[in-house]
Amino acid sequence: MQEVTTEKKEFTPNIVAFCCNWCSYAGADLAGSSRLNYPANVKIIRVPCSCRVNPMFILKAFQQGADGVILCGCHPGDCHYVTGNYYTRRRMALLYSFLNYMGIEKERTRLEWVSAAEGARFSAVMNDFVKQVTELGENKRLTDLRVKEGE
Amino acid sequence: MKDVALKMVERAKELLANGEVARVIGWKKGEFYFDPQPASFETVEELDSFVYNGFCGANLSKYLIKMSKKEGKTAIFLKPCDSYSFNQLVKEYRIKRENIYVIAIECQGKLDIQKIKAKGIDAVTEVEEDGENIKVSSLYGEYTVAKDEVLLGKCSVCNKTHQVKDEEIGDSERPVRDGDRFAEVAALEAMTEDERFAFWREQLSKCIRCNACRNVCPACSCLKCVFDNPASGIAAKANDDQFEEQLFHIIRAFHVAGRCTDCGECSRVCPQNIPLHLLNRKFIKDIDGFYGEYQAGEESEGKTPLTSYTEGDTEPNDVFNGEAK
Repeated sequence: MQEVTTEKKEFTPNIVAFCCNWCSYAGADLAGSSRLNYPANVKIIRVPCSCRVNPMFILKAFQQGADGVILCGCHPGDCHYVTGNYYTRRRMALLYSFLNYMGIEKERTRLEWVSAAEGARFSAVMNDFVKQVTELGENKRLTDLRVKEGE
Repeated sequence: MKDVALKMVERAKELLANGEVARVIGWKKGEFYFDPQPASFETVEELDSFVYNGFCGANLSKYLIKMSKKEGKTAIFLKPCDSYSFNQLVKEYRIKRENIYVIAIECQGKLDIQKIKAKGIDAVTEVEEDGENIKVSSLYGEYTVAKDEVLLGKCSVCNKTHQVKDEEIGDSERPVRDGDRFAEVAALEAMTEDERFAFWREQLSKCIRCNACRNVCPACSCLKCVFDNPASGIAAKANDDQFEEQLFHIIRAFHVAGRCTDCGECSRVCPQNIPLHLLNRKFIKDIDGFYGEYQAGEESEGKTPLTSYTEGDTEPNDVFNGEAK
């Protein structure tokens, strides 16, 4: 028989990070090889360019139980595909503003530019974001309740 | 208005009779006076059921996607607001401009039957429009109503003008109704996140996923729609939970961001009276604020805000600090 625990576990948020293959993903690598810490609940999804991230991906992440979604790409002007991140910037500006308009807490979404040389920044950004979402608590507004464990 | 309608039928008959066009797109009599339906007329006889009255709010532009690909020319009657959708469709190569003959028609603002019914007037049989007031005849008597009180939501803040025409019927002059179309959006923005969430929960939980908003929207013209794809996970005809209710509307609004001409059809057709235009207007307001004033459909070529950029664009993390909070 499985033991049923009634006491509540401490809340550790589920964070999804979409990282551009050419910069932030390498930045995460550098953070690792430099022995810099970032929380283990950040789940990195590698994308070929920040521009690859369809707004639908972000919504899907929330649906499947993410408490916060962060998108990392190359600094404007440094895109591997020249202009990809400029389009990302417009798209996400509109999407984040819109989600907030629908009542989704603004602290749950973020976009950061992290280059391949910025391992320390990657670690700092992730620590900060996880802290922010932890303080905010569980995502209940933009989630499919079926993916949540019963309370 | 009756005058204009007569001229329209006359002109349509002329065009069909002399073979200049193969069909005319307009409105035909519905079951009641207040529900005229979009229709295509191919013969002079069919035009007997043609109507143009205060309830012809439907935007006809979208019908051109199919009609303009048929053989022969298609004539269409466009109100000022419809002409923006028309341009937008030309811009996206969805309709063939050279196959279309555009007749720009007079519009003094269209009426909302729900608002008339809300005034306790049932079984409307005729409406006579005359300036500020309208005379409503019903089975139970005659009433005089202030026109501004029974206008469709989209018409009460409309300052649109004809963007495209091959010829014009009626007077293009009309009263200026330049209310702030972003007032409702701004009111929502001024609320707290919790209040906004509660507002949209209440509104969107009414959604029955009839897809009327998508089907009527001139900007929703994809051959394969994401909502028809069973693998998308959101093709269900009924929403299982709050997430799907929100998701459908977020995705729908985002898909038309930068392309929505604010024709207001989504709200007009919603059987549950969800204020869907408030979703699209938020995008329009943000685009105006972040990237400069932009009205989709003013031009029939060029780039949209989401397919262009500048080097100094607003950062997504800063969008909350400005007006949007």
